[in-house]
Amino acid sequence: MTSDNTILDIETASISFGGVRALIDINFSLAPGSITGLIGPNGAGKTTLFNLVTGIIPPDSGRILFMGQPIGKKPVHELVRMGIARTFQNVELFSSMSVLENVQVGMHTRTSCGIFGSALRTPGIVREENRSLEKAAQLLEFVGLGEHAKRRSADLPLGWQRLLELARAMASEPQLLLLDEPAAGLNTNETDMLGDLIESIRGRGVTVLLVEHDMALTMKLCDRIIVLDRGRLIADGPPRSVQDDEAVMAAYLGKPRNDAKT
Amino acid sequence: MQEFLQYFFSGMTNGAIYGVIALGFSMLYRSTDLINFSHGEFVMIGALTMVTLTMGFRIPVLPAIIMTTICVAFLGLLFERLAIRTVRRPEPIVLIIITVGASIFLRGTAMLIWGKDAYAMPSFTPHPPIDIAGARLLMQSIWIITISVLIAGSLHFFYKKTLAGKAMHACAINKQAAWLVGIPFKVMILLAFGISTGMGGVAGTIIAPITMPAYDMGTMLGLKGFCAAMLGGLGSLWGSVLGGFLLGILEALGVGFISSGLKDAMAFLLLLLVLYFRPGGIISAVSVKRF
Amino acid sequence: MRKPDKHTIACILFAAGAAAVGLMTDDAYYLQVLIFIGINTLLALSLNLLMGYAGQISLGHAAFYGIGAYTTAVLSATYGFSPWLALPAAIVMAMAVAYIVGRPTLRLTGYYLGMGTLGFGMIVSIVFREWHSVTGGASGFVGIPPLEIAGFAFDTDRSYYFLVWAVVLFFFLLSRRIIDSRVGRALRAIHDGEHAASAMGIDTARMKLHIFILSATMASLAGFLYAHQVYFISPETFGFMASIKIVTMVVIGGMASIWGSLFGATLLTILPEWLHAFADYEMMVYGLILMLVMIFLPQGLTRGIIDLYESSRKKHDQ
Repeated sequence: MTSDNTILDIETASISFGGVRALIDINFSLAPGSITGLIGPNGAGKTTLFNLVTGIIPPDSGRILFMGQPIGKKPVHELVRMGIARTFQNVELFSSMSVLENVQVGMHTRTSCGIFGSALRTPGIVREENRSLEKAAQLLEFVGLGEHAKRRSADLPLGWQRLLELARAMASEPQLLLLDEPAAGLNTNETDMLGDLIESIRGRGVTVLLVEHDMALTMKLCDRIIVLDRGRLIADGPPRSVQDDEAVMAAYLGKPRNDAKT
Repeated sequence: MQEFLQYFFSGMTNGAIYGVIALGFSMLYRSTDLINFSHGEFVMIGALTMVTLTMGFRIPVLPAIIMTTICVAFLGLLFERLAIRTVRRPEPIVLIIITVGASIFLRGTAMLIWGKDAYAMPSFTPHPPIDIAGARLLMQSIWIITISVLIAGSLHFFYKKTLAGKAMHACAINKQAAWLVGIPFKVMILLAFGISTGMGGVAGTIIAPITMPAYDMGTMLGLKGFCAAMLGGLGSLWGSVLGGFLLGILEALGVGFISSGLKDAMAFLLLLLVLYFRPGGIISAVSVKRF
Repeated sequence: MRKPDKHTIACILFAAGAAAVGLMTDDAYYLQVLIFIGINTLLALSLNLLMGYAGQISLGHAAFYGIGAYTTAVLSATYGFSPWLALPAAIVMAMAVAYIVGRPTLRLTGYYLGMGTLGFGMIVSIVFREWHSVTGGASGFVGIPPLEIAGFAFDTDRSYYFLVWAVVLFFFLLSRRIIDSRVGRALRAIHDGEHAASAMGIDTARMKLHIFILSATMASLAGFLYAHQVYFISPETFGFMASIKIVTMVVIGGMASIWGSLFGATLLTILPEWLHAFADYEMMVYGLILMLVMIFLPQGLTRGIIDLYESSRKKHDQ
């Protein structure tokens, strides 16, 4: 059921690929301003769920509501305009462009200059461009990359690339931010910094849904954890209770289960 | 009916040739992910070599076909070894320009060797045309169709029954895995080039008697062969043969019943239709990777 | 007011240089070669926007070049319209065709996009050749009038030189503006990663279509300029080999480089002129050069020479 108190509602969503059921009757809602962790063993369907929410693939059945509106078969770019942003598991920056330009691309949906506008370069367009430069610089400061604005994004070390992706995603002024393993490949220091950043992103009123294998980070950061296993939602609750859940232990440790053979 | 049959025969003949050329494209693409834009020039060299061997040196048809095929295949091996393998950045666009460069080079060389004139060559066997329901079927057409089907059959046999063929197929499916089990994929690529261009050579020999070969015949033949390959599904062997026949027949019917101006356009119209609606080719059930 | 950027200064210097060359060159042959360099630069630039920046290959770009040339030829020679009325018609024609063809074609990627554009280019060149009653068929179209404005006719090589290079300069400035804007960033993002680009909210299909239409418009304009320079056009100028030649200009000059387009166009315009000396060997040598450059300097001559220079300097330093 949709209520005013949710930003994302997933209602009995299922999808299968060539006979393999990747997600089965998934049901949950996200409260605005929450940080929710999505965990589960490899192949549990986390990435598929991300793909559903970002509109890359539509569910076979069930529906997904963002701010009360069904996202249906809206194209990916339309959802970004509505307020859903994401980062990628394997960092996908625009490698030929500078750090600053990468963030500016993130602002695509919040700017409007078209091909004629860019050619004419009217005062309005120049203002918009200056605003976008300014805001991109601010976002780079926010993630701590202010000094590296002019560098080519491909030349940054991996940890910084992840931060840049975060800044780029924030540039679209999202309501909902999906982070796909943001801490993968980061050292302890960088992971701590990332945790603080995500916390302050929530402070800006953004709802965060993240897939993460770093349990310490997930437990510390999230208000709530959803566990997927083989396409099913097997646990949903505050970190503490999920940690003690038997089904979760079984999923991770591989204890024999009744339906193991299916 | 008689008219239709006549167009059908000529369509089958051209279609068989398109089919063999398409096979060359397809098998190379399958093994190397590469589209050789100079493939048509190998057909042209095959045809002109055939003319020289049979008319100039008076060599009988069968040994001449074999000699031509070996020559053209050897040229293909040289091309792979000297040009393709040395490429520093094998991206599609770079490879496209290199193979187009090769096609200009080969055409230029052929012009120096054979001049700008077209040659005439008699049919393989001096049998008068056969009359079927009022339509004439050339003896050479029978040769062309027979040899084309034979080539397709032996290629099928090569892939299914020989070790080299299976190894090449393995390379096509997964290069890394093939390398892990010890298949020398560089040799396989070389071999694929040899076979592909060799088939181009055979195509040249069999059409020599019906096309008046000249140095500039290759480009259009190559492009149409390519369209045929796309029609049947690039990389599918029997699909290519089928695509060839389909293109040949539709082209002949289009010329016969609509307009002769349509002859060359037909191939490309079909190409666009296939790309827009069934990029995997008309007979394939699965969608191919669009990379 | 912002300070003029590097590109503006480069353009001013370039304009001064081009003007000086135009005033000092008296030989009609050289002026003509320079005019063709200008037209080819416009073509290369148009394709570079599409291919170098947005990463969408086209093996049929000469079709738009031909559409520009034939539209103005038919309207101004056959129907006697002023070429200045034919110009917008040529542009609208190219835009319309680009819109219709671009929508389905730009969904394709990689080799398939190459093949789709190739097929389109072939069909257009076959139409030029077969539609005798309108285009004059394979033997060509004669009698295209010179351009004229307020009594001043661009019928000398020098005046035409200035016209062509002014247009080229205009598009240099325009291209730079587009590349450095929101649109340009979106295009480069599509080049670097189409999935990531759409995840940033970029309507990739729309962006690709827009740049395709702009690119077609520029090519059509090049065709317009070409037709009114040579007064005679024939289908083979706009066929498959012509499309390949434009692609080669872009790649040899350097992808995603505005000045690279100028360089590539210059080289590929002069090369055949120079190869005339080889007479019958011309085609062979041309093909060989194409292959060698692509084998050894696949990033284009400009980039390749810079890289060679830098690596030799590094060796020297060590």
